[in-house]
Amino acid sequence: MQYHDIVIVGGGPAGLAAAVAARKAGISDILILERDNVLGGILNQCIHNGFGLHTFKEELTGPEYAARYIAQVEEENIPYRLNTIVVDITRNREVTYINREEGLVTIRAGAVILAMGCRERPRGALNTPGYRPAGIYSAGTAQRLMNIEGYLVGKEAVILGSGDIGLIMARRMTLEGAKVKVVAEIMPYSGGLKRNIVQCLDDYGIPLKLSHTVVDIHGKERLTGVTIAEVDENKNPIPGTEEYYSCDTLLLSVGLIPENELSKGAGISLNRVTSGPNVNDRLETEAEGIYACGNVLHVHDLVDFVSQEAALAGENAAEFVKRKASQAEADAAADGEKQKNAETAGERAAADRKRKKTVTAEERAAADGKRKKTVTAEERAAADGEWKKMVTASEAEEDAQPAHTDRRGHANGIPLIAADGVRYTVPQFLETDGMRDSVTVRFRVADVYRDRYISVYYDDQLISRKKKKVLAPGEMEQVVLTKKSLAEYPQTERITIRTEVE
Amino acid sequence: MSNQRYDVDVAVIGGGVTGCAVARELSRYDLKVCVLERTEDVCSGTSKANSAIIHAGYDAAAGSVMAKMNVEGNRLMDQLAADLDIPFRRNGSMVLCFSEEDMPGLQELYVRGVTNGVPNLRIISGDEARRMEPNLTDEVVAALYAPTGGIVCPFNMTIALAENACANGVEFHFLTEVTEIRKCEEGYELSVRETGERTNVPAGDSRKAESGDGADMSGETAADLQEAAAPDNNVVRILTTRFVVNAAGVYADRFHNMVSRRRISITPRRGTYCLLDQEAGRHVDKTIFQLPGKYGKGVLVTPTIHGNLLIGPTAADIGDKEGTYTTAEELAEVTAKSARGVKDIPYRQVITSFAGLRAHEAGHEFILGEPEDAPGFFDAAGIESPGLSSAPAIGIYLAKMIAEKAGAPVKKHFIATRKGIPHVAAMDRESRAALIAERPDYGTIVCRCENVSEGEIVDSIRRPLGARSLDGIKRRVRQGMGRCQAGFCTPRTMEILSRETGIPMEKICKNQPGSEMITGGA
Repeated sequence: MQYHDIVIVGGGPAGLAAAVAARKAGISDILILERDNVLGGILNQCIHNGFGLHTFKEELTGPEYAARYIAQVEEENIPYRLNTIVVDITRNREVTYINREEGLVTIRAGAVILAMGCRERPRGALNTPGYRPAGIYSAGTAQRLMNIEGYLVGKEAVILGSGDIGLIMARRMTLEGAKVKVVAEIMPYSGGLKRNIVQCLDDYGIPLKLSHTVVDIHGKERLTGVTIAEVDENKNPIPGTEEYYSCDTLLLSVGLIPENELSKGAGISLNRVTSGPNVNDRLETEAEGIYACGNVLHVHDLVDFVSQEAALAGENAAEFVKRKASQAEADAAADGEKQKNAETAGERAAADRKRKKTVTAEERAAADGKRKKTVTAEERAAADGEWKKMVTASEAEEDAQPAHTDRRGHANGIPLIAADGVRYTVPQFLETDGMRDSVTVRFRVADVYRDRYISVYYDDQLISRKKKKVLAPGEMEQVVLTKKSLAEYPQTERITIRTEVE
Repeated sequence: MSNQRYDVDVAVIGGGVTGCAVARELSRYDLKVCVLERTEDVCSGTSKANSAIIHAGYDAAAGSVMAKMNVEGNRLMDQLAADLDIPFRRNGSMVLCFSEEDMPGLQELYVRGVTNGVPNLRIISGDEARRMEPNLTDEVVAALYAPTGGIVCPFNMTIALAENACANGVEFHFLTEVTEIRKCEEGYELSVRETGERTNVPAGDSRKAESGDGADMSGETAADLQEAAAPDNNVVRILTTRFVVNAAGVYADRFHNMVSRRRISITPRRGTYCLLDQEAGRHVDKTIFQLPGKYGKGVLVTPTIHGNLLIGPTAADIGDKEGTYTTAEELAEVTAKSARGVKDIPYRQVITSFAGLRAHEAGHEFILGEPEDAPGFFDAAGIESPGLSSAPAIGIYLAKMIAEKAGAPVKKHFIATRKGIPHVAAMDRESRAALIAERPDYGTIVCRCENVSEGEIVDSIRRPLGARSLDGIKRRVRQGMGRCQAGFCTPRTMEILSRETGIPMEKICKNQPGSEMITGGA
């Protein structure tokens, strides 16, 4: 079986940044597996500008942003395979992929980086009544058809959901001569970035109707219109508020779902809020040596943060590979020594067994020690309870489960608790051994909040708070935890990130 | 036994599962048979939107045609599935009883089943039912268990029957609507309107998936109905035939009443369903029905043959024979009712919902055979549930009757088997590797959710009676059937369809003409 130090699943922004960072960290044997016929992922169809302000301090289009990373991948001669889809990943890092040249191939990886991105929530998931005609697209599909293939998907459009792709497509369709009649958003706030509302809707006079949804779809062959109604606080349509819009196109921008079928296949459990794997501060999933970054881990608002996060995953995967290699060398040396002394194969086997036992016992002891530090179930439940109170009714259903349910593989970590309007955190665990000087924790809030603090607690001790004028679910937030501050509280059993009113 | 005075011996109206089953059975005989289908593909009406189950046969009234056809159809399924490569599994079914006072009803169902000839029926306790199906609710006090109940892919069942009929010489005419039927001499004269043209695709290098010796598969060209010129949508042609089979689903009354004074009436009875992600597919193993009781008629919960979970249907009599829309009320009813028998159904994993129309006849009975006043006109009308289960039996029953009346001998070289499109992802490693080596396009995955390769999509287009629309491809190989509902694979699939057929991108349809996917070049 072929072996590579690092196998990266996905050649979009996350996979590219991870590859470049891993190479810079000294790993030469890297392979990127990409299912599309070009690198760059979804950026290729995002022909609008606004990318890279954080990373490159300039405004790039999606393809331009991707090109910067692709150029680095090419310069570094990092191998990649296109039109190649990974069909299976195992916990012990065997990766099976398929393409037309090689057929079905299984390779072994020193480390795996999951960078599969996300997919759009389809109409079916909304259970919207009506007919099922042509002309209903998820916004990203329409974006691909328009920007990559060069086709107009329709002439008169209604957009359901105010996710960023929907907003971008509202402008895009308008520029291509289509009439975008309205954007309906079921929540009382937009799911997209403020700047997109301004630049894509306001600038073109496209109305955004908050607390509205599509309640009927008309037209048997091609869409002829939709009925939109206002919804109450439980998201139920209010009778009498129905309005008919004639249109031939309905675009859906109603949420993104990390594509974690492969992670699940590897037995990696997922976080109920993010739909991505639970990771520690090294972005390592509960499966040793399998890392995750980008939209497969949690849906990001800006690609710059994807790149940052992915670079970290790449560096950490590189470290893991190097650590394993030096361990293996040491083991080999020790084995060699023993083998010289051992006279028979039997003796050698016995020695091996003994060594294995010792390691296990040691590891167990260490793990036990650490585990004592972790929070009790009751404490966790209490924190969750508090958190649940904070979520809006609309989200209570979706997020019925706390962010931190699965501890397997992260037994040594200090859990990060999302509370009081903070929906989740990435990472979910922090491992103080080998922690970097600072760790960026990313999260989103559950509702639109004004004049709130974002506070960090080590157990019950307030460590930092930062006033925010506005917090919105559409924008990702972050706090930075430092090794130094954590060193001052060595007994910390949990880290809580919450929003607080004065 | 082609009779020179008629264009064909038998014209079958309707390319649903019934029409295709009849056509396939007719193709055993020396008869010239054609299927007239108003839409662009087989399996476009009721056959594509139903519970996808093969009923055991305890439901229909004892002694009814329905009961007879159902039990016989069920019995025929193993052989048919093996012959025609139809995905089918006898997963067994249960009818749940929720209260002691309803027990007589369950008993009655048991007795009826035994009378109908349903094998191995048993009444089991609530606890035994829960042992077999751990997700049943505590409300269940008893259940009727029928091990012969099954699940099937209704698309591939219909398509397999059609392809096999085609392989045996039956001609299929799509986008061909029968507008009038007149009695003439001993036969019938049909006014036929062509509403569009079906693109022809040369068989190409598609794998020889059919068994037999590569019989001529070009029967789909409809050469004798279509002229070289583009069809004029309003041109009505005349087709003469000795026999007519009326398998027109919800429209069967319309055709029947054109030739017979003994009028029938078919009411579209809408059934709404929700389909859940394959992650929920093991929530139950058997098909779980509810005994009609004081809470009315329930809905079923069943795994599908492809591993999804299906819940539904509602039952609403409507006037519109095209009313396949869902309503908020009916969708809510599906979820509310399903929860009564099966607990913890993960409704958040719904990936799509849809509605189908059952062709409900006033007397709730299949109408099979000739009306007294219209000899040579054979009804297959009122084919509502258990129509899918009964189709194999109905096919044999009507074909025999017609062949006898026509005096048609059995063909010498009937091709009895048909091979489906390989589902590459489900194959073992070696076979898959071998197939990709032979045809590299089996190595390019287009639909990620269902792991459908480009090769399978190409096959679905190139086969006899191949797909000409996105829905046609979806029904054949499940592209776009998964959790992202064609979000990723739509553009790619459109390209493949356009490339293979020469249909310009702007003309690629979701299904019928008028359902074009795009409105022009950007």
